[in-house]
Amino acid sequence: MRFNEPSPLEVRVISQRFDLPNPASIDTYLANDGYVAIKKVLEMTPEAIVEELKVSSLRGRGGAGFPTGMKWSFVPRNTGKPTYVICNSDESEPGTCKDRLLMENDPHQLIEGMMIAGWTIKSNKGYIFIRGEYRYLIEIVEKAIEEAYARGILGKNIFGSGWDFDVYAHTGAGAYECGEESALLESLEGRRGVPRLKPPFPAVVGAFQSPTILNNCETFASIPVIFRNGGQWYADLGTPKNGGTRLMCVSGHVNKPGVYELPMGFPMMRLINEVCGGMRNGKNLKAVIPGGSSAPVLKADECTDILLDFDSLAKAKTMAGSGGLVVLDEDTDIVAVALRTIKFYAHESCGWCIPCREGTAWLKKVLTRFHEGGGLESDIDLIGELASNMLGRTFCALGDAAAMPTGGFITKFREEFEAYLQKSRSAKTPAAQELALV
Amino acid sequence: MTSTVKRDLPEMTFSPELEGRFTKLLTNYPPGRERSAVVPMLLYAQDEIGSVTQELVEEVARRCKVTPLQVDEVIGYYSMLHRKPLGKYHVQVCTNIACQAVGGEELYEHASKQLGLGNKQVSNDGLISIEEVECMGACSWAPAIQINYDFHHSVTPERFDQLMAALRDGTYKKAY
Repeated sequence: MRFNEPSPLEVRVISQRFDLPNPASIDTYLANDGYVAIKKVLEMTPEAIVEELKVSSLRGRGGAGFPTGMKWSFVPRNTGKPTYVICNSDESEPGTCKDRLLMENDPHQLIEGMMIAGWTIKSNKGYIFIRGEYRYLIEIVEKAIEEAYARGILGKNIFGSGWDFDVYAHTGAGAYECGEESALLESLEGRRGVPRLKPPFPAVVGAFQSPTILNNCETFASIPVIFRNGGQWYADLGTPKNGGTRLMCVSGHVNKPGVYELPMGFPMMRLINEVCGGMRNGKNLKAVIPGGSSAPVLKADECTDILLDFDSLAKAKTMAGSGGLVVLDEDTDIVAVALRTIKFYAHESCGWCIPCREGTAWLKKVLTRFHEGGGLESDIDLIGELASNMLGRTFCALGDAAAMPTGGFITKFREEFEAYLQKSRSAKTPAAQELALV
Repeated sequence: MTSTVKRDLPEMTFSPELEGRFTKLLTNYPPGRERSAVVPMLLYAQDEIGSVTQELVEEVARRCKVTPLQVDEVIGYYSMLHRKPLGKYHVQVCTNIACQAVGGEELYEHASKQLGLGNKQVSNDGLISIEEVECMGACSWAPAIQINYDFHHSVTPERFDQLMAALRDGTYKKAY
């Protein structure tokens, strides 16, 4: 199921089977180019596989956008340790709802992508870490895995190669931080999802302290088509160094919010106006959060020439991130959005390191007091200072994910924060000293 | 790591289906890595028995070859695990930014008022509980709620009331 109407502007690469009857079934997959790429790959050396991925310029679709070919090349061989393939389906970045569709409508595509990774590093075991709330998707994925075993596609001696590969689904139990690769690996081991010190990175010391390929669900889903049609073909769909397509999740004040597969580098305003039918109720655009809540906000006038790929958005001092765009109109209360954003990070902070644990807690307190009318003049700069002091000092990127957007809201929409001060003064709300920071 | 602590609580057994799942689960992980089964086992068992009891903690520890403390210490971290039962139907309303943009916070206020329940509170008859939750992965189809594991999209206050009525009179059906 898609949950929204498709758009004629979509370029259907990884979503091409979504609208077929019984899309998740292995028969549908086999009848539509399924398990073709793995057979090709079984004839290739690991070096050739990594090279093809580098040519494709596929970059991680979970948020960081790290080049996938390069990531796979970091896995050491001949360490004597078993190796693992881990799929990150913990999808919890606010604004993001794409891995859900991939698991619901094409789980075999994901399995095949993991098999290709498995062959590359001669791994015998893969795990699909799925967030706990996605129970119905765990059931669909488990059924697909069963079907693959039943047809002899998973298990022993795959397609006569002599190589064995087993895949398992593993459930999370409610924790955004478990989407962080090293915290995920801790959770997979049965522990609290507290991140690990990096380096070493998962490629070297990963699942069960062994060399691991760990990628986002959509990244794995993109692998089979690269080996069916070629890395260059995939690269050419997008922009230089940003190959392929991605599932863009649009939410907020547009007429047609939805998940749409579009080429990397697609213009943001075309996405909003043509694919999503423009702003609803004839309102003007005020802001766009372009890559999940961790991406700093863009004001409407900054969006005009923005292309949706990793490099263009990085140049605009934000990020393509998870591909979740929240589109906000002129009536939006930015202070309320900033508050809800920091509440999320304060809630989800794993608590391990002081700058994040205390930083998100203090930011939440100050923003709460501010939003309730008890803010001080100095609060605006205090918020900016707190946020910038967290950057780069936390044990994992969650601290940055909290600090950067907060800094963005304060910097770009300062006048809205100042308006709150005016409002509280004229309403004669209690002085800040009386509104304790609770 | 096996425990030498003498356990006073009796061993638990679960439904045949769940026992089958747990038997398989323990074989999914590399040798000596049964601890990996702790979180999945806790969650699936909680679905069956209602909450994470001390009895369950000891049982999971026994099966996963860890100490009860090693099970206990993860419970506070994972927001889906709870030590007290919630409602038969746990209603989760997202108020994060994509849902907030289209009325998620107002929906939660409405839900709380209609049901007379605060965050994570359970109705007196044990039927319904509510929780204000973080992003559940339905952003493009907001406002979204989950009832147990079922997703409901584009939920208006009116639709919410219909769903609650259906929970009460036994006519509730999944949306998908």
